Amino acid sequence: MITNPPPTKRVPTNTTPLDRRSRELRRQIVHTLAAGNRGHVASAFSVVEILRVLYDSVLRFDAKNPTWPQRDRCILSKGHGCLALYAVLVDKGFFPAEELNKFCKPDGILGGHPEYGKVPGVEASTGSLGHGLPIGIGLALAARLRRRPAPTSGPLPLISAPGAPQRVFVVCGDGECDEGSVWEAALCAAKHRLSNLAVLIDYNKQQSYGTTWEVLDLDPLADKWRAFGFAVAEVDGHSVAQLQAVLARVPLGPDRPTAIICHTIKGKGVDYVENNLNWHHKNRASKEEIESLLAALETE
Amino acid sequence: MRKTCLDMVYDLAKRDPRVVFIGSDLGVGTLDRFKAEMPERFFMEGVSEANVVGMAAGLALEGHVVYINTIATFLTRRCFDQIVLDLCLHDVPVRLIGSGGGMVYAPLGPTHEAIEDIAILRAIPRMTIVAPADADEMRRLMPLTLDYPGPMYIRLGKGGDPIVTDDRTPFAIGKALPMREGGDALVVTTGITLKLALEAAADLQRDGIEAAVLHVPTIKPLDTPALLDHAGRVPVVLTVEEHSVIGGLGSAVAEVIAEAAGYSGSWPAAKRFRRIGIPDVFPDQYGSQASLMERYEICAARIASLVRAMLA
Repeated sequence: MITNPPPTKRVPTNTTPLDRRSRELRRQIVHTLAAGNRGHVASAFSVVEILRVLYDSVLRFDAKNPTWPQRDRCILSKGHGCLALYAVLVDKGFFPAEELNKFCKPDGILGGHPEYGKVPGVEASTGSLGHGLPIGIGLALAARLRRRPAPTSGPLPLISAPGAPQRVFVVCGDGECDEGSVWEAALCAAKHRLSNLAVLIDYNKQQSYGTTWEVLDLDPLADKWRAFGFAVAEVDGHSVAQLQAVLARVPLGPDRPTAIICHTIKGKGVDYVENNLNWHHKNRASKEEIESLLAALETE
Repeated sequence: MRKTCLDMVYDLAKRDPRVVFIGSDLGVGTLDRFKAEMPERFFMEGVSEANVVGMAAGLALEGHVVYINTIATFLTRRCFDQIVLDLCLHDVPVRLIGSGGGMVYAPLGPTHEAIEDIAILRAIPRMTIVAPADADEMRRLMPLTLDYPGPMYIRLGKGGDPIVTDDRTPFAIGKALPMREGGDALVVTTGITLKLALEAAADLQRDGIEAAVLHVPTIKPLDTPALLDHAGRVPVVLTVEEHSVIGGLGSAVAEVIAEAAGYSGSWPAAKRFRRIGIPDVFPDQYGSQASLMERYEICAARIASLVRAMLA
C-alpha cells in the first residue's frame, strides 16, 4: 500500500514496470484504436491494471452467461475508458476479438462509450459522467434485498439467493468526481452501509483540459471519501500486486462502502503518451503512430 | 390524486415483492404504513434527485419496479440526464410520480411550477407519459403500471380535483378516451383540464353546438388512430392543457394533424386548429392554481368562446 501518497500539484510519475499481460492488453487497445480510427487511448491505458485485476482475481462472473444472477457487478463509470474494458472482456471471452475490428462502426456493438444491452458483460451504459455510482447503489441494494431470508408471511423475495450478497464495483475517473451526483451517491452509499459496494477511482490527475488541480482540485481526495463514510485505501493503480492485495481485503471496513484511490498515469505504458493531454482522445492516428505505439508496447 | 396514487403504491407493494418506493425528502408521515410494514423496500434519500433516479435504475435493472415521488419540477428538470440515460436508455420500469403538474404550486412560484414537464419528457425515446384527470382514474391506472414496460411519468394534480371520470370507460395506457360525442367541434384534453372541456361542451350544447371531448390521459404514446378518427369527423379541433403551449399535448396533436393534412387524401386540409395552454412565459403572479388558470384563460369560458369563434 502507499502510505505516503505522491505529492500532488506536480505531474505524477510512476515507474511500475508493466508485465507481458499488461502490455498485451494495451496492444489490443491500440489495435482497437486503429480499427475505429479514434478512441480515448490515454484514459484506457490509465485503467488497464484496475480492470485487469478486477476481472482476473476479484469478480465472480460467467462469460458464457453474462447475466448469471450470482455474478458480481462491475460498472466502468468512466465510460470513455471503454477501450480497456473491451480488451479485458474479449480476453475473458465475453465476445469474440473480431468485434474490436468494428469499434465505432455501424455494424459493431462497441461504441466510444459502452452500452448496456449491446455489449455482453456491460452492466450499465456510461459515458455521461457521474451516473455509475448511483446505478451501482441500486444494484448493491438489490443484491442485499435478494439476500434477505424469506419472510414468514407476506410476499416472497424476488429472487432467493442465500449467502453473501453479490458485490458491486464501480470504476470512476478523477474528472468524473467533479460531478455533484458522485457525492450525492457517496452520501447515500454510506447511509445504507453498503459494504458490498466498492468504488475505484482512477486518479491520474489529468482531465481533458489540464491537471485536476488546475481544472477543479480534488485533493485531499482520500480524506473526502473518508469523510463521506467510506473505508479508504490508496494504491499504485499500475501495480498488479498492490491492486490484488487491496481488493482481496474488500470490504475494507465493516458496514461501510469501500473507496480505493488508484494513483495512475494517464497514458501509462508509452512514454510520450504519458501525461500528454493531446492523447486524451486520439482521432485519425497515422499508420506510423499506431506502429510506434505497438513497438513501445512490444511484448517480446 | 396524490394520496390515491401513493396509497396504491402501498397496495401494489403489499402484493408484489418487486415494488420499491423512493422519495427524496417528502412531507413527514408520507407512506408511513409502507415504511413500517416493508422497511427494506422503502427509501427516503434526501434532496438528491440525480442519485435517486440512478439508484432507481440500478434497482430496476435487477428486476424491481420502482416508484419515485417528489415535486414534478425537481423530478424532471434537475435530473434530466439521469432520466434520459439511466431510465430511458436502459428501458427500465421506473415510475416517476411528479407532484404538482402544471401550476399547482402557484404560491411557491416558478421554481415549483411544472409548466414544461410533458414537453421535455415527450422528447425522450421510450418514455410513457400519463396525466389522469382525477383520483378515480388514478385508481384505474395504477394497477396497470406494475407490468407496463419501460419508464413512465405520472403527472399528479393538486389533490381534491373534482371527479369527472367513471368506470364506464375502462382505462388502458396508450388509449384516448372519448368522453362526449359531438359533430361540430373536437376538444382534446389531458389531466385535470378534462373537467373544463366537459363544462365548455355543456355550455356550447345550450347554443346548439355539439362538441366532442377526447380525453388523452396518455400523452405518450399518443393514441394517433383515435385522435385522427375523432378529428376527422369535425371541422375544428381545439386542445386544452395545463402546460406550456410549446411541446405538450397541443404540440403533439398539432404534429399528428399537420402530417395527416399533408399526407392523407381523406383529410380536409382546411381544418382549423387552436391550442389553449400556458403561454410561453414564466407565471408572473402567485395566488393559486385557479387564479393562474384564470390569468392564462385556461377555463371553460375560453374553450367555449374559442370554439364559437372558430365555427363562426
